Amino acid sequence: MTLSSKITWQSLFTALMYGFMYFPIIVLAVYSFNGSRYSANWEGFSLRWYRSLFTDARIFLALKDSLTIALVAVGLSAILGTLMAIGLAKYQFWGKPVYRGVAYLPLIIPDIAIAVATLVFLVSMAIPLSIWTIIAAHMVFCLAYIAVVVSSRLQTLDPNLEEAALDLGATPLQAMVKVLLPQLVPGILAGCLLAFVLSMDDLVISSFTAGSGANPLPIEIFSRVRTGVKPDINALSVVLILGSALLAALAEYLRYFSERRRFQKTEN
Amino acid sequence: MANPTAPPSGPISRLTDWLANLPPPSHWVRPLGLLGPAGTWLFLLMVIPTFLILEISLVPGLRLGEPGGSYGLDNYLRIFQPVYLRVIARSLNFALASTLMCLVMGFPVAYWLALMSPKRWRNLLLVSFVLPLWTSSLLRAYAWTTILRSAGVFNTILGLLMLPPQNWLHTPIAVLIGLTYSFLPYMVLILYASLEKLDTRLLEAAADLGATPQQAFWKITVPQTLPGIAAGCLLVFITTLGDFVVPTLLGGASSMNIARLIYNQFLGPTRAWGFGSALSMVLILAVSLAIALLLKYGDKSSVSETSQ
Repeated sequence: MTLSSKITWQSLFTALMYGFMYFPIIVLAVYSFNGSRYSANWEGFSLRWYRSLFTDARIFLALKDSLTIALVAVGLSAILGTLMAIGLAKYQFWGKPVYRGVAYLPLIIPDIAIAVATLVFLVSMAIPLSIWTIIAAHMVFCLAYIAVVVSSRLQTLDPNLEEAALDLGATPLQAMVKVLLPQLVPGILAGCLLAFVLSMDDLVISSFTAGSGANPLPIEIFSRVRTGVKPDINALSVVLILGSALLAALAEYLRYFSERRRFQKTEN
Repeated sequence: MANPTAPPSGPISRLTDWLANLPPPSHWVRPLGLLGPAGTWLFLLMVIPTFLILEISLVPGLRLGEPGGSYGLDNYLRIFQPVYLRVIARSLNFALASTLMCLVMGFPVAYWLALMSPKRWRNLLLVSFVLPLWTSSLLRAYAWTTILRSAGVFNTILGLLMLPPQNWLHTPIAVLIGLTYSFLPYMVLILYASLEKLDTRLLEAAADLGATPQQAFWKITVPQTLPGIAAGCLLVFITTLGDFVVPTLLGGASSMNIARLIYNQFLGPTRAWGFGSALSMVLILAVSLAIALLLKYGDKSSVSETSQ
């Protein structure tokens, strides 16, 4: 920022709001190094909470469950969501508004309502709750988010490329796999990242669909922090925040990459 | 077979007719392959479950493990008891107040980012404002318990300023702070998308014609970005209305909202599934109403751009 840019009340207010957004995160980070257990006072730099975190087997098991759920749910949703986005963009059919409405319903209906409905469904079908029921429930919102991101990417593509491939003798399947899909890759990856973050973050739907065998990270964190402040959770927060920052950087890189490609295409 | 030219009749020939008039497989195999798998999944885990909770919401007094009675509206009538009406009123108040806070705090930020920030840094500044969204919402709410508890950071700061300490944790104030904090980035994203499209030449023209900056703001900027404001407000309203994490961690027993009430009917001690389902249907209905308003009056493009 140059010195010549005027300092206005808007810029001061915005700076204050940046402070508001980052203040809690900084507090967590600072207190994760505090030697004291209860007090808000600083009692010297200490790595004890990190030591207790890294020797906590429950946290690692919970992290493993969360990663399994997110990776399987996102992987399967990437296929279903991408196919759905392509189908919705290509075909007109009877009942399409209803189909589209149902597809985007998971984006707007509160988690708690989805969670309740899924639990009632699983119980009435006598399906035992397990890690697989969490994955099945997560796939509903993951595929919806991936489909939204892929759809918006599809709108920016040049339909002539696929037609040209067909004219040149490619089968429809070849045209889709060799021409359409490579162009969609940045959108699919961005959608997957978003779905991955949401799946790792989900507490409510997981709580309703988890059997006794599965204990993903948000459930473990929730059961610990609802009874008060836990310093080792501060240390966990810092580790997870660093992980999310890496993912966010990756997502921005993907967006930058796809936008650059888009500009290049319009320039040609 | 006496008269082969007579038009065929009867159910079998009608069926063969219908089959013959069906589009050839090449017309529906590919759409089915693309839309079938996701459609099946959503039908099984979204459509059927919603109808199931509609059904059990109509069984009065349904509890887990007990046989259901006959149909009736008792579960819905129970919502009108004062204790539950207060919960719904409190949920609406939380949602309205945090929406208003997000708008008041988010608009200047979005305005500065879209119209006043240095162009070179604009994208980076926007991304860094919404960066906290990438971290766990549970941990961000938990961070506020560290700040607001009686021996927390907030009271330490108040002490340094010679101000009396406040006990805000487990009060509606803490819920309001937590909700505003959690959903402010969404508001800024949507308002930014709307303000970015603002034709600044209109503002220059207004200034040339003698309008004060305040007049230009209220007569040009606000009306031009009204669809974005509507979209942002309804989105924040919907998500805060159904939020569970923030009211549970930051609110005390007095901050019961509709999501916590539903949670208790299913995973709490009461196990009143019929009543919980009725509450869920009311929540879904409220959200659908808000969405209908958004689609009618809001700026759809700003919402879809933000979701990218």
